[in-house]
Amino acid sequence: MIADLTRTERRWALTILSGLTATGLAMAIAGRSDPLGVHGWVILAAGLFGCIAVARRFDLPEPAAERLHHYYDGPTKAGIVLTLIWGVVGMAAGFWVAALLAFPEFTFDAAWASFGRLRPVHTSGVIFGFGGNALIATSFHVLQRTTRARLPDQLSPWFVLLGYNLFCVLAASGYLMGLTQSKEYAEPEWYADIWLVIVWVVYFAIYLRTLARRKEPHIYVANWYYMAFILVVAILHIVNNLAVPVSLGSAKSYSLFSGVQDAMTQWWYGHNAVAFFLTAGFLGMMYYYLPKRAGRPIFSYRLSIISFWGITFMYMWAGSHHLHYTALPHWVQTLGMAFSVVLLVPSWASAGNALMTLNGAWHKVRDDAVLRFMALAAIFYGLTTFEGSFMAIRAVNSLSHYTDWTIGHVHAGALGWAAMITFGSIYALTPWMWKRPRLYSAKLVEVHFWLALAGTVIYVFAMWNSGVIQGLMWRTYTENGTLAYSFIDSLVAMHPYYIARAVGGLLFLLGAIVAAYNVAMTILMPVSADDEIASDLPTQPVLAAGE
Amino acid sequence: MELNERDKFTGHMTTGHEWNGIKELNSPVPRVVWLFLGVFATFGIIWTLLMPSWPGVSGYFRGLLGVDHRVAVEQTISEAAAEKAAWLDRIASEDFDAIGADGELMAVVRDTGKALFADNCAACHSAGGTGNAGYPSIAAAPMMWGEDPETIAETIRVGINSTHPETRYAQMLAFGRDGMLGRAEIDAVVAYVETLSDPAIAEAQPEPVATGERLFADNCAGCHGVDAKGMVETGAPDLTDPFWTYGGDRRSIRTSVYGGRQGVMPSWEARFSPAEIKLLALYVLDLREGRQ
Repeated sequence: MIADLTRTERRWALTILSGLTATGLAMAIAGRSDPLGVHGWVILAAGLFGCIAVARRFDLPEPAAERLHHYYDGPTKAGIVLTLIWGVVGMAAGFWVAALLAFPEFTFDAAWASFGRLRPVHTSGVIFGFGGNALIATSFHVLQRTTRARLPDQLSPWFVLLGYNLFCVLAASGYLMGLTQSKEYAEPEWYADIWLVIVWVVYFAIYLRTLARRKEPHIYVANWYYMAFILVVAILHIVNNLAVPVSLGSAKSYSLFSGVQDAMTQWWYGHNAVAFFLTAGFLGMMYYYLPKRAGRPIFSYRLSIISFWGITFMYMWAGSHHLHYTALPHWVQTLGMAFSVVLLVPSWASAGNALMTLNGAWHKVRDDAVLRFMALAAIFYGLTTFEGSFMAIRAVNSLSHYTDWTIGHVHAGALGWAAMITFGSIYALTPWMWKRPRLYSAKLVEVHFWLALAGTVIYVFAMWNSGVIQGLMWRTYTENGTLAYSFIDSLVAMHPYYIARAVGGLLFLLGAIVAAYNVAMTILMPVSADDEIASDLPTQPVLAAGE
Repeated sequence: MELNERDKFTGHMTTGHEWNGIKELNSPVPRVVWLFLGVFATFGIIWTLLMPSWPGVSGYFRGLLGVDHRVAVEQTISEAAAEKAAWLDRIASEDFDAIGADGELMAVVRDTGKALFADNCAACHSAGGTGNAGYPSIAAAPMMWGEDPETIAETIRVGINSTHPETRYAQMLAFGRDGMLGRAEIDAVVAYVETLSDPAIAEAQPEPVATGERLFADNCAGCHGVDAKGMVETGAPDLTDPFWTYGGDRRSIRTSVYGGRQGVMPSWEARFSPAEIKLLALYVLDLREGRQ
């Protein structure tokens, strides 16, 4: 990692890491009587560790100029490993919170292990830790391959990857200490948010700097999606996290928005986090790895275009469907619903484009579990977007809102779509990146596929049942006009489904562990004697940075 | 360098671009996509015309149907209230005896009270009203503040040791911690109290029980009564029955005597209407009749 950096970059790395260490020290002192201080020590430790690591290797010989004839894949490799670590951690946290809902005594009377603190560890762990690392790792890979340009330098990709993971650690450890802004998927406090903005701007700059030096005249559709993901997430993150800290020595902050404006800003953020983090980013992934693995051209370039602009334009309006039948004005709800319904067309166009790309390669889908992961992801993407548009209809939402149906919907998307396309892509990418002839075990991929599919189906069916029953029980009246069921009655009815959900989640977690093992064993396999087996080499010599 | 070629499988031309081996077909957007887009967009336009939708500078388009969700909610609530008024008004206006005697009205009380009780009372008193550790049984045990419906309704309204200005107030003193009774004296009182609900114990240790009886009369009878059957005036429980709020074994009784007790029941006046409080009082009484 450090051997890859030029002398100048090592100097910059030391400067940045010293700055990080100093910031950590300042936070540790200013927040000595506050959880902020704990995070100060975490940042200080990270900065110090980095400083020592760079200083010890500072005098290593500079990387050869020959490096510029190859793509720079170090950060992608590290990103794949981090993806799998976060995946197992985040999904294990998910299994724990699922078990907590069925058996609340699993908190062991510890504050840090209470449901409210563990749940964001799960959501952030899988969305940001697992999903985010997968997006960063694959985006660096796809960006270089489709532009035929090397990443602009060696330092900034590492800054993005490691800086992003520092954010994830601050987020998860903060939740366990009870730090939260109480905004779903935007829980981390102000200092972590500021750090993420810096990381994210550098990330976008890498994209622009690489694209500016591209050797392909056209920008491939995967890059449009990745760029939409980076750009819009930056906007969402900055606006929704506008907040005033109590003091520079306190982790606590107060949002700039209040009341219904706060709710609307949050769900504009929340829904577009789903749209641009969990959809656009992963569509970028799908548009590269699926045709590559299938060996088929994209079904329709034109369909890619209309669905890209359809998705980017219409998602922005859809957030208010999270606030149907609330204090939010009716007209905002109407617009949210109308755009959510129309959104089905570009969503299905994307899913259809992916599935039609497989025409001529369905025998491969049958035989190759890696491609089957991607095909299944496209199917789940179609199912989930249909369900999403359906649930955004006000009348439907009056039944589904606040119930487990929502949880089922989000997991159909997160497990069935985002995680499946990620696992498929990682399985395709790992042998290419480490120059291995194949994965360690195709049989284990098959095992993982069926564990993941069974887990997702059990999970989603359990939550559909649970959610619909719950929703119906909450709205059933006696003939006297009063509620027929108490809340506890609905909980008793949920209990078997909560157990089923935990079982489904456990299967999915086991699948992720199998994947981590398989990828680790692939990395440990002997290097293939013939690099050319890897199908992912540039078809023309790569031109150097700054050339 | 842009070489269009024909894909053998689909027969479509490619766009002529290639990205690390990936090509794109120049196939037209399928007609069904345009059809769906047309249908869905038309729906979107019609829906936003019918409903309140597009914002303007100083207001918003109210929609051709003139629907407004606040008005709709108010209307639904008033309709529901009108529907419930048929029996709710009777509960509000009639006295407990009259309601209790009306089988039809009591059926409504049972029906409605079930969810009301489960949502608000069961967390402490348990679903059947049989109590939990620290929370008394209200389904079977004698009630500390009185068992007639008016008293129960009043207890629900003001609570016990609550923040309501008219709250019922009761405190069992910390006889041990505050030094009013010594260790041996507490042991004796506990031994005596144990015999009240289980006379068999008295034969095993006659001496401490006799001392305990004397100490009880001096220290406890003021609230619990000379016969230890409790007093509704003080809210002190009956110690001779088999029901115990904080446990009836020696260790639990000792803890109560040593550290005192001051349980809290919140006031429900801000949450329930007077009619709902009456309804719950009747439901609790009904629960007791069912159990006894």
